[in-house]
Amino acid sequence: MGVRVRIPGPLRRLADGNAEVIVEGSTVAEVIDALDKKYPGFKQRLCDEQGNLRQFINIYHNDMDIRFAEGLATKVADNDDISIIPAVAGGIYGKKTA
Amino acid sequence: MGKIKGLKCRECGARYPIQPTHVCELCFGPLDVEYDYEYIRKHISREKIEQGPASMWRYKDILPIEDDDEIITLSEGFTPLIHAKRLGAVLGLDNLYLKNDTVNPTNSFKDRVVSVASSFAKAHGFETIACASTGNLAHAVAAYAAHSGLEGCVFIPYDLEATKVAAISVFAPRIYAVRGNYDDVNRLCTELADTYPWGFVNINLRPYYSEGSKTLTFETVEQLGWRIPDEIVIPVASGCQFVKHRRAIEELKLLGLVDDDKVPRFTGAQALGCAPVYNAFQEGTDLIKPVKPNTIAKSIAIGNPSDGTYVCRIARDTKGVIEAATEEEIIEGIELLAKTEGIFTETAGGVTVAVLKKLAQAERWKRDEIVVAYVTGHGFKTMDYLTDKKASIVEIDASFENFTKQFPP
Repeated sequence: MGVRVRIPGPLRRLADGNAEVIVEGSTVAEVIDALDKKYPGFKQRLCDEQGNLRQFINIYHNDMDIRFAEGLATKVADNDDISIIPAVAGGIYGKKTA
Repeated sequence: MGKIKGLKCRECGARYPIQPTHVCELCFGPLDVEYDYEYIRKHISREKIEQGPASMWRYKDILPIEDDDEIITLSEGFTPLIHAKRLGAVLGLDNLYLKNDTVNPTNSFKDRVVSVASSFAKAHGFETIACASTGNLAHAVAAYAAHSGLEGCVFIPYDLEATKVAAISVFAPRIYAVRGNYDDVNRLCTELADTYPWGFVNINLRPYYSEGSKTLTFETVEQLGWRIPDEIVIPVASGCQFVKHRRAIEELKLLGLVDDDKVPRFTGAQALGCAPVYNAFQEGTDLIKPVKPNTIAKSIAIGNPSDGTYVCRIARDTKGVIEAATEEEIIEGIELLAKTEGIFTETAGGVTVAVLKKLAQAERWKRDEIVVAYVTGHGFKTMDYLTDKKASIVEIDASFENFTKQFPP
């Protein structure tokens, strides 16, 4: 139950050393808020004062870059995967080509 | 320490000790090595460099490897700077120079960055070096792993050119062919780098790896007689090297190695089939919108370039441009370079030459300006795309009679 969130190296200290955390939420924004409740200060690392995702962060929902869905409003369901990736990565569309 | 202060975030300025990380914990910006230039200034001089090894390591004082640490080297770098008189004549340039990095140990400029990264890895106790690669980097990592005795582990897109895959395989690294494009490979490796104790040269070792690129520009200036060129044309994939070349010019000045106050114009070359940086530049912004790559210039087919923003800014600040080539122009570029200068470059090099030609035809330069183009990889890497030139091949019998009849002397 809950959404599985993979925590990147730079944020693990803030997440009590965890590489994966399970939280509740029905959108990506809610998932971030849930993470912030569990680990105070978490949201501020990901989002600026306006609540927008910072420039150097990409978030993937089931391997799909949320910029190509509804951004932070993207709906998520139980057992979904969220990955937080520093943007020196890449990964557009997220579709696996056969 | 001595010459190295630590790591510094390019965005927010946060500082970190020397460690295998590439991302700021506060703002996720990229980290750069920070040097103590006062210290280095006391130890460096033109004479010392000129008496150094005939490789990029003549610049060891400005590279992030300590004096006591073993250098993993196959004598990469210090490649020829060719005065391209015949190509220049075609383009209307009397002082066109080509930095020929096709002649490196694994035939691309990646040998420079991998030499630094593998030296760092070994010095810091890594047993495995790894990478996400469009081909050239994997080739270099495989070779330098073998040469150093470290384990090699490379991640490539599954549809990489056959010649590149064969060349990588011969060194017997572990090869993972990912069902996706380079951006997918890179994202996977970014997560793996947090989980496996491997030195991903272009991920967790990126700040050290990227320093190796500077040597291309150090050498170019040295080989021009310690002169700064008017413009440098560089192919753009992630934009990593473009940023470091700009930094290299600053360092040459900071260290008193050049007297000139001039800053060269930095111009980037992309393939139209994967031109996120070109698009941003043309639109007058520096915010990169990712694209899905579709080009034969696979070694620069990065749809989501990590340093794209900085490339746009540097191009604008230095009055350079970002220009792009069509697929046909890429092949024409390879052939033009080969026919005029006897240098055989891969598709990424074809992009560079095509952009040179485009800008020359648009009369960007005065005849006597010093323009340097970086030729970053050898043509053997991308043989699959050469057009079938049967027309220039004549099949004949081993007969003197027939030949002299057909082609009278």
